[in-house]
Amino acid sequence: MTALTLAFTDGWVVTKRNLIKIKRIPDLLIFSTIQPIMFVVLFAYVFGGAIAIPGVNYKEYLMAGIFTQTVMFGAGITAIGLADDMQKGIIDRFRSLPMSRSAVLVGRTTSDLLNNILVLIIMVICGLLVGWRTHTSPPEVAAGFLLLLAFGYAMSWVMAVIGLSVRSVEVAQTAGFIWMFPVTFLSNAFIATDTLPSWLQPIAEWNPFSSVVLALRDLWGNAPEGLARGDGFPADHPIQLSVLWIAGLLVVFIPFAISRYRRAAGR
Amino acid sequence: MTDAIVAEAVVKTYGAVRALDGIDLRVPEGTVLGLLGPNGAGKTTCVRILTTLLKPDTGTVRVHGIDVLAQPQRVREFIGLSGQNAAIDEHLTGFENLEMIGRLYHIGAKKARQRAHDLLERFDLTDAANRPAKTYSGGMRRRLDLAGALVTSPPVIFLDEPTTGLDPRSRIGMWEIIDERVRSGATLLLTTQYLEEADKLCDNVMVIDHGRSIAEGTPDDLKRQVGGERVEVVLAERSTLDLASGVLKEVTGEPPAVDESELRLTAPATNGAKTLIEAVRRLDQAGVEMSDIGIHRATLDDVFLALTGQAVTEDEPAAAPEGRREGKKR
Repeated sequence: MTALTLAFTDGWVVTKRNLIKIKRIPDLLIFSTIQPIMFVVLFAYVFGGAIAIPGVNYKEYLMAGIFTQTVMFGAGITAIGLADDMQKGIIDRFRSLPMSRSAVLVGRTTSDLLNNILVLIIMVICGLLVGWRTHTSPPEVAAGFLLLLAFGYAMSWVMAVIGLSVRSVEVAQTAGFIWMFPVTFLSNAFIATDTLPSWLQPIAEWNPFSSVVLALRDLWGNAPEGLARGDGFPADHPIQLSVLWIAGLLVVFIPFAISRYRRAAGR
Repeated sequence: MTDAIVAEAVVKTYGAVRALDGIDLRVPEGTVLGLLGPNGAGKTTCVRILTTLLKPDTGTVRVHGIDVLAQPQRVREFIGLSGQNAAIDEHLTGFENLEMIGRLYHIGAKKARQRAHDLLERFDLTDAANRPAKTYSGGMRRRLDLAGALVTSPPVIFLDEPTTGLDPRSRIGMWEIIDERVRSGATLLLTTQYLEEADKLCDNVMVIDHGRSIAEGTPDDLKRQVGGERVEVVLAERSTLDLASGVLKEVTGEPPAVDESELRLTAPATNGAKTLIEAVRRLDQAGVEMSDIGIHRATLDDVFLALTGQAVTEDEPAAAPEGRREGKKR
């Protein structure tokens, strides 16, 4: 077997192991769902009244942002899960077996992707309940969800590096999530970027998070004509830019995470 | 006979601490080598290097004829490792743990399931097979962990303190299982803090301290160096010291070592229990009142005392590398 097939077959064994754990301790799944639902309710009903975005129903505007935030937080589980594994004896078992060196990471990111799919299904139902609708063809809607999951998967590899760099689950919990707040709020997820101070606007517009959110709005028809979407390349090509960002993150962080894993595991 | 495990001049340092300071060892195929030493002597570091988990600074290591440093992935196909803290996933059941390990050894799904069933039965875990491992007792976890090391019946097995922390019954059960592997032809390297365990399981023993080998030989050689079994008497009255000393010399043929403050006399028990019985009888006849008498078996402490003239010292800096990953429970 080649190294690549081995990475996938062994990775799948580790994926199944992680999924069993989700089944045995469903708390993590429950809490990773409660949080985005809370955000939906908070923004749709509390802040929604105060934030006016001309030309669009705020609840429709909001959901692309919440979904993207959801998959990003979901990716945070990768950091926690890996930090947990590295602390336990099981990692010595894995490392003494003739299994693929990247299987632990492939398995972790894959099970977190599946986890994200599950959470997204719940979030879609939640969005439909508060009044979010798509206005495009099914392939475009599906493309939006694929893009969303791809972004979550890429973020999982970023989180993997964080999880392997810290020394405990507790630190992973903080280090994995704390930077997400500026990234998600300094974006077009909840507000229109033209309300920001002018020096912050380019940062928010070039934020990869903003690109994904805007791409989703375009793919789902949640960004009607006349919506303030900033200007320049990020505003004109959000889908292309999102794909580039995702590819870039994967190209950089997959090898980075694998080398981190080897080092962190004592090699 | 070829050597299944060979290590030459292996050095591993952590900063200024030399965790392994030039270890050489050879384990002929089908035999058992025991690494005997106190906490922090370098036993775990040694096992981690031999099992590809850690790279030494210098030195060469071959396991099953394969260069461990050049081809770690090939070595892993032929070894089984059971570590000091059970390397099992506690949220998975016993069966799921073993099946997963089988899959990761690439023995195929069907065979992995079959092996998991067989091993659970052999290790007396069938009743607990479908319970998450976190509900297992310490002894059960250790058995499951050892089962994990034996999924492929590997020709070379490494056991790092397989019985530390087990109750006496579980320990004997573990010894039986280990013994069975050896009889079926496996080569074994185990670490232990107990001379008794090394005596029971090992063909050869290497005593290590501060990352260096301080003695090698068969368990009998070692015990001979230490002085083997001894009869130990604690007197009730100081006035009988000379009298008792004389009696013991007659019985054992050697003047006993005397600890005056404790009123303790120690002499070699060449004939084991017979010597003890004789000593009891003769001391009683002579009217010596004893508060305690018994056979004293050599322990790791005795070995260290005999070899280094010092009692076992647990060296903190040398102990650190074994729990090197901070936050890791060792």
